[in-house]
Amino acid sequence: MLVDGIHDLGGMQGFGAVVHSPTEPAFHDRWEAAARALLAVVAGAVGASGGEFRHSIERMEPGHYLTSSYYEHWLTAAATLAVEHGLVTRSELEARAGGRFPLSGPVLTPTVADAGPDVGEPRFGVGDRVRVREWHPPGHTRCPRYVRGKAGTVVRVDGTHSVPDIEAHGTARRCEPTYSVRFDAAELWRDGQRGASVHVDLWDSYLERS
Amino acid sequence: MSQDGHHPAAMSPVEQRVAALEALLTERGLVPEGFIEEVTRRYELEIGPMNGAKVVARAWADPQYKQRLLAEGTAAIAELGFGGPEGDHMVVVENTAAVHNVIVCTLCSCYPWPVLGLPPAWYKDPPYRARMVREPRTLLAEMGCHLPEDAEIRVWDSSAEVRYLVLPQRPPETEGMTEPELAGLVTRDSMIGVARL
Repeated sequence: MLVDGIHDLGGMQGFGAVVHSPTEPAFHDRWEAAARALLAVVAGAVGASGGEFRHSIERMEPGHYLTSSYYEHWLTAAATLAVEHGLVTRSELEARAGGRFPLSGPVLTPTVADAGPDVGEPRFGVGDRVRVREWHPPGHTRCPRYVRGKAGTVVRVDGTHSVPDIEAHGTARRCEPTYSVRFDAAELWRDGQRGASVHVDLWDSYLERS
Repeated sequence: MSQDGHHPAAMSPVEQRVAALEALLTERGLVPEGFIEEVTRRYELEIGPMNGAKVVARAWADPQYKQRLLAEGTAAIAELGFGGPEGDHMVVVENTAAVHNVIVCTLCSCYPWPVLGLPPAWYKDPPYRARMVREPRTLLAEMGCHLPEDAEIRVWDSSAEVRYLVLPQRPPETEGMTEPELAGLVTRDSMIGVARL
């Protein structure tokens, strides 16, 4: 069962050096621009939310995810959403491509029928100590694994935004405040670097008072 | 770019998959004519780090603008005509001698498109996303950004709707330069926070 997807990379070790280039073109080849444009086409045609789009990448087979480029992720997302929403079939894709066309794995969480009421008023203010809920949802979330269970301090309260965990799984929506929460490196990592902190932007329901 | 798109033998497997999806969606009337070229043109010509450089140069030249930029990033950036998707909720963080800010997106590749354009490949690849939140001082040094031992490092993981822009420190001996000259000094990397000027 795909929980804690491969995309959730913060803090993982063993990837080696960043292959850095000071400048690069927006697109290295036409197919990258085409993949980007086709995702926009499919998302528009099927009414996919940002959460549903992101989750369609997160459901990629982990080996494929790690060994393919960003725009191959977009292509896989576009094709997966197109098949899931009935725009095309997998066999049509494979016939045209002349070979295997890997798609993302299935959604593992039920459609959200009742999103519950919006949360208008922030529960926390700047300076409040909060702790991130320790949980492992089987669907989409924007709560990185490396902060779960960790305590931090609210440094900024932003407006209310649609909760991605809900919008990724149906047409129901709930809006909640989001906060920027500061975590000291020593809270996050046994080998946390001195003088470093990480700020993570989190929805209200990801947090409890610490 | 290859114009030779009709010879499958010359195409890589991923190009063949893109061509397959493009053909099927086009047959269903879902791809407006010229749409892919329009997307290419927009991201190649209209948005990119040259926009962010103008914002930074204005902030260096005009202290009141800088104040607005740090307080209300989205509105201040809109004053220069920049905004849109992935730029609707902008927060600008200021580098000083004592504090260094750097941006990352560990879960995907969130990036402030209107001011920086599309993210570079290394920003989207696993090593940067995995390491910047865990060993920022080491990774910054590896990327050529050496900070004083006592400098505070603030990493910003773009995990919700806010997108970040780093306001780099103005380099010394730039008094008297015009705003366009100042903008010419500003690099993409300095606005991500993996370089200082």
